[in-house]
Amino acid sequence: MGESRRPLGALFWVCLAFIVLVILAAALANFLPIPSPTAQDYAAINTGPSLHHLLGTDDLGRDLLSRIIFGARVSLVIGFGSIAIGLLIGGTLGLLAGFRGGATDAVINAGSFVILAFPPLLAIVVIVAFWGRSLWKLTLIIGIAAIPQLFRVIRASTMSYANRDFITAARAMGASTRRIIVRELLPNVAPSAISFALVGVAVVIVLEGSLAFLGLSVSLPTPSWGNIIFEGASNNNLQLNPFIALWPALAMFLLLTSLNIVGDRLREHFDVREGGL
Amino acid sequence: MEGSQPAGTPNQPVGTPTGIRNQPAGTGTEGGNGKEILRVEHLVVEYGPRRRRVHAVSDVSFLMAEGETLGLVGESGSGKSTTGRAIAHVQPPTSGHVYFDGIDLGGLSTGRLRRARTQIQMVFQDPISSLNPRRRVRDIVAEPLAIWNTGTAAQRAQRAAAMLEAVGIDPVTVGQRRPQQLSGGQCQRVSIARALMLEPRLLVCDEPVSALDVSVQAQILNLLADLKEQHGFTMLFIAHDLAVVKSISDRVAVMYLGKLCELAPADTLYDAPLHPYTAALISSVPSPDPERGPRTPLAGRTAGMAGTGPVAAALANEVPSPLHPPSGCRFRTRCAYAATLCAREEPPMRQLAPDHFVACHFPLAH
Amino acid sequence: MRSRAGWTSSRTTRHLIFPPVDQALGPMLEVDGLRTSFRTPRGVVRAVDGVSLGLDRGRTLGIVGETGSGKTMLARSIMGLLPAGGRDRLGVERSGTVRFAGHDLTGLPPAQLRQVWGTQIAMVFQDPMTALNPVVRVGRQITESLRLRMGMGRSDAKETALALLSSVGIADPGRHLRSYPHELSGGMRQRVMIAIAIACGPRLLLADEPTTGLDVTIQAQILDLLADLQRERSMAMVLVTHDLGVVAGRADETAVMYAGRIVEQAATAELFAHPLMPYSQALLAAIPRLADAAGTRPKPIPGRPPDLASLAPGCRFAPRCPYARERCREADPPLVEAGSGHRFACWYPLSLEDADTPASDLGDSQGEA
Ligand SMILES: Nc1ncnc2c1ncn2[C@@H]1O[C@H](COP(=O)(O)OP(=O)(O)OP(=O)(O)O)[C@@H](O)[C@H]1O
Ligand SMILES: Nc1ncnc2c1ncn2[C@@H]1O[C@H](COP(=O)(O)OP(=O)(O)O)[C@@H](O)[C@H]1O
Ligand code: SF4
Ligand code: SF4
Ligand SMILES: [Mg+2]
Ligand SMILES: [Mg+2]
Repeated sequence: MGESRRPLGALFWVCLAFIVLVILAAALANFLPIPSPTAQDYAAINTGPSLHHLLGTDDLGRDLLSRIIFGARVSLVIGFGSIAIGLLIGGTLGLLAGFRGGATDAVINAGSFVILAFPPLLAIVVIVAFWGRSLWKLTLIIGIAAIPQLFRVIRASTMSYANRDFITAARAMGASTRRIIVRELLPNVAPSAISFALVGVAVVIVLEGSLAFLGLSVSLPTPSWGNIIFEGASNNNLQLNPFIALWPALAMFLLLTSLNIVGDRLREHFDVREGGL
Repeated sequence: MEGSQPAGTPNQPVGTPTGIRNQPAGTGTEGGNGKEILRVEHLVVEYGPRRRRVHAVSDVSFLMAEGETLGLVGESGSGKSTTGRAIAHVQPPTSGHVYFDGIDLGGLSTGRLRRARTQIQMVFQDPISSLNPRRRVRDIVAEPLAIWNTGTAAQRAQRAAAMLEAVGIDPVTVGQRRPQQLSGGQCQRVSIARALMLEPRLLVCDEPVSALDVSVQAQILNLLADLKEQHGFTMLFIAHDLAVVKSISDRVAVMYLGKLCELAPADTLYDAPLHPYTAALISSVPSPDPERGPRTPLAGRTAGMAGTGPVAAALANEVPSPLHPPSGCRFRTRCAYAATLCAREEPPMRQLAPDHFVACHFPLAH
Repeated sequence: MRSRAGWTSSRTTRHLIFPPVDQALGPMLEVDGLRTSFRTPRGVVRAVDGVSLGLDRGRTLGIVGETGSGKTMLARSIMGLLPAGGRDRLGVERSGTVRFAGHDLTGLPPAQLRQVWGTQIAMVFQDPMTALNPVVRVGRQITESLRLRMGMGRSDAKETALALLSSVGIADPGRHLRSYPHELSGGMRQRVMIAIAIACGPRLLLADEPTTGLDVTIQAQILDLLADLQRERSMAMVLVTHDLGVVAGRADETAVMYAGRIVEQAATAELFAHPLMPYSQALLAAIPRLADAAGTRPKPIPGRPPDLASLAPGCRFAPRCPYARERCREADPPLVEAGSGHRFACWYPLSLEDADTPASDLGDSQGEA
């Protein structure tokens, strides 16, 4: 009897390949044969795609491909980093609260409401404005803001398994709480959590873009996708050279779509078809 | 050992079936060897906050002898599962004690309880939800040994395979499947194999065959009986099907709304029930025996039982809510023999024959 | 094909005319060669494979069998209420005839079939929780069909609903009209299902495991209720169940299903006392009985029912049958009659004297009659 899992499909692999490509490019940016993202080529200002500058240059003569690749670094670090923080803390708390229930759950849940009580964007704006806007600070702040969301999703999913009899059986066999969470609950909760987290990464990448428009993303001239789009949309650049905003917007769109599709397909693939006696 | 009390403490609960120590607990069948293995004293389990408190189990006391099979029957919501879970200490009792082999499980530290608990294992009703959908059958069965780090991984796998073989599952082909690829009967076999890996002395089976089809049900009942002969464990067999319970049990206990009504050797209980509820339950069972003939509506007929007509009719009502159980005898709202005394005073558990216990002011005469 | 006498033409739709109960001649229900199959990726699943049966008014036919034997699909095929195609299903096909009070239901267009459902034939489903709409109050679910099918006004329908609820034994019907299904106990939900089913006075009730999952005491109440309603309204009833005990006390006749076929059918007492087909016997031996002494082990049927998508030739029970011989694996035994309405499908039926004697002569000669 074969396993009745939904095949992942070609689109999944294409999207995954794109995500991996973006990550690799961002990670290896220093070793790629591209100019520095801040180097100005006064001979080529606002040029379109050419052999020398594959995606063209901006109004200061900086290579757009290089800026997008280095900008991906910031967007990816903020996106994956903050969700990793949220997942680590929120996920652990969610598993614990969902499994233990009772007082543990009530306390942690109340804590999540405290964080949720602040409107996230406003809170981030205020904190960033006062505390500063380095890459790791942004990542940390957004990560903390993501904790309650991830906590709630994982808590709900944990609760739906916590009262099943296989958990009771594990307790009767003398398994420790840690072992039950790691061995019995985590494998069941992980697929939907990962899928939700990938969507979360996409949301954070967009959030970084929004912060850039408020001038609150990483300080210029460090490129981030948000910063580049912001620059491409200001100073009349949209009319003079639409490519400045177009390329990062396109990269962002493709990455978001890929993240969503990969998350969705993964969840479906690992979805246990229940009741198939 | 901390918390341990000698069996047969002076504060012997009123109506605790005490006869067991001196007599065979079973009735001739494989029965028990008479040595007490489990003592449940004044067990109370309640759920929920004070205002909406569910009285799931209220003051239940009984003994089990080593090697016997005790059946536990009752309608849904009567507290059978809760009793089973409290005995295995996966649900802490609100009050009362569970002594296993003379040791009060409630008095143990978390670490000791974890160890002690391995002697009591459970098999559950829902074949699907009792197995982790993400793990393979052979890993599920080897897990108990992995928890306790018994032997090497290879030794564990070998013992798991042997146990799977013993419950009639092919460890090679079926062993590498996941639960959703198995039939309900196969799932229950895997559950049983997992429960027996730690060589428990008491197996609590919570409706293990209720979700199964008739022929598979017979297979699992036979498997349990065979395994019990081989391994010699004691079994608490919970079910709502009276005929199933009769086929496997040495003694049978009847529960109603969190209380124990009657406890007797299986044959005695079914042939001469003393509690009106037991009689009503038995008369409600539709019988597939042609000699009994079609049952006339509202007048249950059971061979050799007098006066069951009003009993069956009385069960026209539904079970009262466990949030607000009736005063006195909990069965009085549906009992054909209820008198004013029944509303005022709760009937104590009495021993009316050497091994026949009943909690009723007016037990049926035969 | 169909006699035109059964039809009248109204201005909008054509109506089927059913003779009043007392005047109906012949059987209420005649099923002939009914087949229902699903085309699935694994192959064609023959859920119902050539079932023929008859049922007179006011009578009860029990249908028993293991899970997956096609009991539910038979009931739904009789009604014409087949599942729609889903993701894994490619299509459902039904053939054969179902005659109800003389009318062939298989050829009816959906609009006319819907008229028959509820008013003439009604069904009680296996799982009341999924059959009732969870977000609609019980009252609305009952009055809806009264107003739709019987053209009652709002207050008439409400009054009828109240009467129906008390007739199915629900205390305080006024309050329960306003309840949602999840607020009721399992037994009450099943009573509501029955109230909905009988609301428009059907003459045939298809009850698919109406008491599965209920406590014995509640089960006894529901079965008593069905019997009372049936007597009052001289309804015919098909009682589908896997519990032989349920059928024993309630059904006039019982049919045993195996792998999509009826393998034996007889008056209930006769079937239980003298099963002729080994599967019926095995099924009877597999259930624990109250009458047996404690510790009596039930006898399981070895093996599992066959995969309906890939059936081997010959008798479908042969792989599990202790009496199987060469012939059983080669040819499919037909359903033949052994006199007094006892039908069975087996080359070597059991008989009281000697279970091993081939009785094919009996089978063959009776089969031509
Ligand atoms: N929608 C469907 N698509 C494909 N196969 C189906 C479908 N519904 C039923 N079947 C198959 O038809 C056969 C008969 O199913 P049916 O539900 O009638 O069994 P049953 O006798 O009612 O069983 P149970 O006792 O479990 O209710 C089974 O093999 C089942 O797998
Ligand atoms: N986890 C729980 N929380 C609240 N109430 C519960 C819980 N488990 C059981 N109950 C209630 O306790 C009572 C007894 O339940 P249970 O022991 O499951 O009965 P049985 O097994 O006899 O059907 C029921 O009224 C049930 O609703
Ligand atoms: S004590 Fe009274 S109400 Fe309770 S079962 Fe006995 S006779 Fe009935
Ligand atoms: S035909 Fe043969 S295999 Fe089939 S039931 Fe009869 S004896 Fe058994
Ligand atoms: Mg239970
Ligand atoms: Mg069915």
